[in-house]
Amino acid sequence: MNSFYDFLIKNKAEVFKQLMEHIELTLVSLCIAILLGTTIGILIVIYQRSTKTVLSIVNTMQTIPSLALLGFLLPFFGIGVVPAIIALFLYALLPIVRNTFTGITEVDAAVKESAIAMGMKRSQLLFKVELPLALPYIMAGIRTASVINVGVATLSAFIAAGGLGKFILQGIQLNNTNMILAGAIPASLLALFFDAILGKVQKSSLKIIRWFSFILFGGVLVYLLISGFQKLNFSSDKKELLGGFPSEFVYREF
Amino acid sequence: MISFENIEKSFYQQLVLKRINLEIQEGELMVLLGASGSGKTTMLRMINALEKPDSGSIEISNKKIAEHNLFALRKQIGYVIQKVGLFPHYSVFDNVATILRLKGEKEGLIKQKVHKWLDRVGMSASIYGHKYPAQLSGGEAQRIGLARALVAQPKMILLDEPFSALDPISRVKIRNEFRKIQQEEHLTAVMVTHDVLEAVSMADRICLLANGEIQQVGTTQEIIFHPKNELIKKFMKGDQFQASLASVSLYEIQKYIKEQSILENIDSSSVLDFLQNSDSKFHSEVLDAFYKWKEANT
Repeated sequence: MNSFYDFLIKNKAEVFKQLMEHIELTLVSLCIAILLGTTIGILIVIYQRSTKTVLSIVNTMQTIPSLALLGFLLPFFGIGVVPAIIALFLYALLPIVRNTFTGITEVDAAVKESAIAMGMKRSQLLFKVELPLALPYIMAGIRTASVINVGVATLSAFIAAGGLGKFILQGIQLNNTNMILAGAIPASLLALFFDAILGKVQKSSLKIIRWFSFILFGGVLVYLLISGFQKLNFSSDKKELLGGFPSEFVYREF
Repeated sequence: MISFENIEKSFYQQLVLKRINLEIQEGELMVLLGASGSGKTTMLRMINALEKPDSGSIEISNKKIAEHNLFALRKQIGYVIQKVGLFPHYSVFDNVATILRLKGEKEGLIKQKVHKWLDRVGMSASIYGHKYPAQLSGGEAQRIGLARALVAQPKMILLDEPFSALDPISRVKIRNEFRKIQQEEHLTAVMVTHDVLEAVSMADRICLLANGEIQQVGTTQEIIFHPKNELIKKFMKGDQFQASLASVSLYEIQKYIKEQSILENIDSSSVLDFLQNSDSKFHSEVLDAFYKWKEANT
């Protein structure tokens, strides 16, 4: 335990860097998934003919093994942050779309009917009644998605997208337990942290949820602007092949 | 005010309404009475265009529904349903204020109107205004439902079994209060119920529906004392005596009991005594009297 502590102290800059990368991967993909996921969820409520098709597509996405999904994206997007974010986004989509859809359809029929009967238009019904009442469901979906994303993001080290997976993979290669733990423990804590925060937000009032989403989206946007989207730039990442599983190790396994 | 012309409607190839013709006069309380599945709710929901007829037309204020602006029309028609359907995420005040906000009225005026109507349904805004629907009892919620339906001062109000989920005491009370408001405001009201007693104790006229057809339209007394066919007699049978009591005034009850000797087989003197000593004209109290008498006799 002491040696682990020493390792952390010694490598605290690297731990912090990987942690930030991990958070970045998770939050950027989560924000995209929230924006698109809720929109898709709303659209399939309105256009009921598309519901089944869309849900089964999103469902299929979820069943693809995470490593395989990264593999599928390789020919199209290469390696780096972009394919990692796309993969994470695809994973986060299902819980958000499904929960948005369920949340809206679960709104009490009597409530909807009295809203329509007092002369609300479709958009008013959606924004004044359906969405506010579906919010706990949507938040639960976002919570699930964030925990999934923290987990899957550890795999993105395979395609040189950084994150705490780097320590874990490297540690396995070097048979360095301290290094593995330096990646695994913060990653687990991060998942618990997201779960706890979102759990709190989920139970709080509409006003707090509004503030929370404002801070989340604002924060991610500002972060992306400051980092000048350089991390999302293909070419810069392709030059330095940071991650990746050394082939000799893979072969040694078999 | 509201007229149905040759309305037909079917669900899943099953005809639920056949050749419905009905005129509802301004300011009257028309009760659509019938067993479940008789099509009464469908008829009601056609008035605010929640359902569309397959054929025939409905006119409101001499203008076909299709020619009305749907959203504007609905804002002029109050709507009260059994499950109330208050917005759970809004306070009582906001629930009642919603329709006024939809109409774009000023907040000051909204506050004034909401307070007035909450008071009129017996729910003071200072006590209940900040509560949420989950904190209300069934009777309280339905009072808020009434206030919400009335706050925009509609000319018409539609009620779909509004009181049937309430306990007997608050039911009778809220019925009377609604009837009073309806008469004072000269509201055209259409109420759906399967409860004969509720129908006869409230209605100006009753429209009795069975098998998707109108069996009879008439005043409560016409329906009870001059039923047009066997179906109506059968429908009324269980409640005949109580309904008779509820439908007529005290004086008429006495006269009727003497004339028809409907109480031949039971001890009528105690009923009569009680009714004679009661100077109230409200139907519900006549009903109460009957219930008390019945209790004492069983």
